[in-house]
Amino acid sequence: MTQKTILNDSHRALGAKMVDFGGWDMPLHYGSQVEEHHLVRRDAGMFDVSHMTVVDLRGERVREFLRKLVANSVDKLKVPGKALYTTMLEPKGGVIDDLIVYFMSGEFFRLVVNAATRDKDLAWINAQAKPFNVEVTERSDYGMIAVQGPTARERVLGLLDAAGAAVAGKLGKFAAAEVASKDGTPLFIARTGYTGEDGFEIVVPEDKAVALWDALLAAGVKPAGLGARDTLRLEAGMNLYGQDMDETVTPYEAGLAWTVALDADRDFTGRGVLEAQKSAGVPRQLIGLVMDEKGVLRHGQKVLTANGDGEILSGTFSPTLGKAIAFARVPAGAPGDVRVDIRGREVPVRVVKFPFVREGKPQDGV
Amino acid sequence: MSEIPGDLKFLKSHEWARVEGDGKVTIGISDHAQGLLGDLVYVELPTIGDRVEAGNACAVVESVKAASDVYSPVTGKVVEVNAALSDKPETINEDAYGDGWIFVIEAEEPEQLNELLDPDAYAELLEDEDH
Repeated sequence: MTQKTILNDSHRALGAKMVDFGGWDMPLHYGSQVEEHHLVRRDAGMFDVSHMTVVDLRGERVREFLRKLVANSVDKLKVPGKALYTTMLEPKGGVIDDLIVYFMSGEFFRLVVNAATRDKDLAWINAQAKPFNVEVTERSDYGMIAVQGPTARERVLGLLDAAGAAVAGKLGKFAAAEVASKDGTPLFIARTGYTGEDGFEIVVPEDKAVALWDALLAAGVKPAGLGARDTLRLEAGMNLYGQDMDETVTPYEAGLAWTVALDADRDFTGRGVLEAQKSAGVPRQLIGLVMDEKGVLRHGQKVLTANGDGEILSGTFSPTLGKAIAFARVPAGAPGDVRVDIRGREVPVRVVKFPFVREGKPQDGV
Repeated sequence: MSEIPGDLKFLKSHEWARVEGDGKVTIGISDHAQGLLGDLVYVELPTIGDRVEAGNACAVVESVKAASDVYSPVTGKVVEVNAALSDKPETINEDAYGDGWIFVIEAEEPEQLNELLDPDAYAELLEDEDH
């Protein structure tokens, strides 16, 4: 059965075109996906991300558990409120999911994992947590709203009480805090996002989510759908689970080497395979592509390189650049002149560093 | 939804055709189709002089979301294409039945047009799709 977030009626009242996304009835756009994209790059927009799964972990050995569970090192999380982007791997090194880990306080961490992978993630986390005696609690009593864009933070701060605004206003990037809104609603507010813009992701008690959404609307924040979310995150060079990586690839083959910490004395699941792959040479790589010719790069198109064929993982039309961009997985090595097979035609593309766009600006060489 | 002009005929696959009187037929996609696709970002036009068969794909419209073939409702030669769409594909979103036309065919078998849906029948088809 299709699931609905607490904001479902709000989306419909705003004229959203709804689609099924991983079993959830979610807004694709509210009129124009491209306009919503530009709005987030230039001003502010908000996304209902209540379908994502919040998982709280508590226990004396919770940090020890996380040192084993995820490929990035939670030892980097020294101050409460700090966040870490990471993958969790199965024993063969394949990516089970990507997630954010928040250090809440001494024996309390919070995870936010993907919606489409909820069941397998919870099963895996629960099984792994048992020997550590860590209590795993899914927080389906929360909704979540991401407010993103150059003016996002100031608009959110205006809705908080004085103490909350002071705390949230000082939050560094990839840090979070527990604050309260002017009407006393407790909020968990994180300076994180999936768009390449500044902003907050706000975890709110489900029964207060509609009030927060309406207050943001009144503060001039317009809604944006999953369509814009996808073009924004790809421009920002961020992976989408299920499309850019899954259990058949390691983080090294998915452009996520920067999220793997091979620190001393930490035996995380999948580490042995990653080390072996690193010393033997990683067979495949994720590269960024830009197409200067007209047309659109799309998932599944064949990519031709000097070292053999690969395929487009995420591909789209970039509204900021006015041309097509993509992630592709191709054989290792310098790819040479790269072409993409579009309906039987071999179209030349350029290999570029990503992010393609950062804080509203096309990056050098893109 | 905008009004469907009375002089158009439709394919079930949401192309429209307008008989121009001199054996020429102008073809585009319906307002409903552009709404389903969303913001259009690219149109692959046929080549002038190509011969196309009724029911065959001869153009492609791409939105951010998806690519969709455009089928010709009639057999004949492509005599004109809407080159302005190359730079402004969003014209189809703005005016699907007017400035958003895609190509013109010189029809070899104009009677093929009799098999198309009239505006009422097309509107009924859309009604059925909604349920």
